[in-house]
Amino acid sequence: MSRARYGLRVLRPGLLTTVQDLGRTDWRHLGVAHAGALDGDAARLGNRLVGNRADAAVLEVTLHGPTLQLDVPMRIALTGATVAARFDGEPVPGGRPVLLPAGTLELGAVRGGARAWLAIAGGIDVPEVLGSRSTDLRGGFGGLDGRALRTGDRLALGDAPPCDTTRLQSVRWWIDPGHDEDPRAPIRYLPSTHAWSAPLARRAWKVSASSNRQGLRLQGDALPTPKADGISEPVAPGTIQLPPDGQPIILLADAQTVGGYPRLGHVIAADLPRLAQCIPGQTLHFAAVDATAAYRLACAARARVARIGVMIDARVPAV
Amino acid sequence: MNRSFVCDIEALADDAWLLRFGDQLDPQLNARVHAIARRLGGEHKPHWLRGLVPAFASLGVFFDPAADPAHIHEELLALLAMDETPVVDASAQAARTVEIPVVYGGEFGPDLESAAAELQMSPQQLITRHSSGVYTVAMIGFAPGFPYLAGLDPALALPRLATPRARVAAGSVAIGGAQTGIYPRESPGGWRLLGRTPKVLFDPARATPSLLLPGDRVRFVAIEADRFADAAP
Repeated sequence: MSRARYGLRVLRPGLLTTVQDLGRTDWRHLGVAHAGALDGDAARLGNRLVGNRADAAVLEVTLHGPTLQLDVPMRIALTGATVAARFDGEPVPGGRPVLLPAGTLELGAVRGGARAWLAIAGGIDVPEVLGSRSTDLRGGFGGLDGRALRTGDRLALGDAPPCDTTRLQSVRWWIDPGHDEDPRAPIRYLPSTHAWSAPLARRAWKVSASSNRQGLRLQGDALPTPKADGISEPVAPGTIQLPPDGQPIILLADAQTVGGYPRLGHVIAADLPRLAQCIPGQTLHFAAVDATAAYRLACAARARVARIGVMIDARVPAV
Repeated sequence: MNRSFVCDIEALADDAWLLRFGDQLDPQLNARVHAIARRLGGEHKPHWLRGLVPAFASLGVFFDPAADPAHIHEELLALLAMDETPVVDASAQAARTVEIPVVYGGEFGPDLESAAAELQMSPQQLITRHSSGVYTVAMIGFAPGFPYLAGLDPALALPRLATPRARVAAGSVAIGGAQTGIYPRESPGGWRLLGRTPKVLFDPARATPSLLLPGDRVRFVAIEADRFADAAP
């Protein structure tokens, strides 16, 4: 039994704030994108910090966050890049559970990356559409009417244990899943058999401002233009496409399911969360890896998230 | 007659393989894709399967991200090696035929007149030839529920607009190159708009959200403009 309670009002929507969970599977044959948080691990760990199921819906914040009116006290956690968050003027720390009374939560600029995730105990309670609460911006469904948040929107929350705080309370510990990563390290990809797959790694690329959740558009010394487009073939988040202008596009979570541009390979799963943090103008390098390395790195990334999860579970009851 | 098919398997993502049967718009290759998709996703669906994307001549096979890709690769090879299904017959049996009512021309098909002129036929001839074809949903993509229909009379092939329209109405029936298709919702688009159907191509609230499924047969039925509202679902 779950009775939704209205808990949040959007005072300012931020640049692009959407409801996301871990995305849709099983509908790709009908042209439905995967969608979901651009960094599923960050959403998963945020939910763990507030005691939610891994697939509860969170808010994904892009570059500049929203200002939210909290009608009731709630337990929240911020993950992903650092957000200049304040609650009624007081700084709100990230990477840990925080208890907030009713009041105004202002998520300001995102620093050291492009995106952050706000998990709230109970999860954002929007209806499931095709098995997910994720917003499909291109399809126009899921999340809140298939669109980004707007001023005046109200969001319901699912059931959660009571949280009767009268002041901001947080713990001294925090998680930082990316602390051992070098943000300038090359993006690792598995090359395809295409002739221009290897040259991708020999050039520097800049992230274009026209990037979005569908794809990260790159700019640089153009790769040779392919002679003729092939017929459309399946694509996936991580697929590196080469359009006729020679400027590669890396598909992200909102990617269409098929595409006609040549495929240069795909970014390995372990590095997809790093693509979510790319900001316009940033320089990217690529490094080719083989399938064995990709599998090993994916297993290592999963193990790291599992270890952090166990650590959170050991500490959270002490909040 | 059953042709022998060659299949390449390439990595599409850490959690997906791409089975490629060819690189042409070939009805036999496409029937092969749909037959394999039906077998893989049917009754004996493997526990690791997380989605299929049948395209013109290739099939995306998504699997549980926690599974070992090498292991799935071996299972797919075994499946393909055992496959001796007479493909064309099998898919013809399994396919449904869906009728799509269309109001051709006027405000519903703003490109009908110019398209007919370009093809050197009358608008009525274009309507007759477009609605007498039997098409196959070669794949669904671009947007949820957008069917790429194979089987267009080659004499009706039309280049895309030099400048795509910013807004194409939902339900628009169009020709792009050697294909015909239907826009599920209002979106930008560069195909030539011949008419519009009142049918809702994609509704996530329906038990089967997509009106058309990969591999379906499609027939267009011309209706009068005053029946547009009646023919809605």
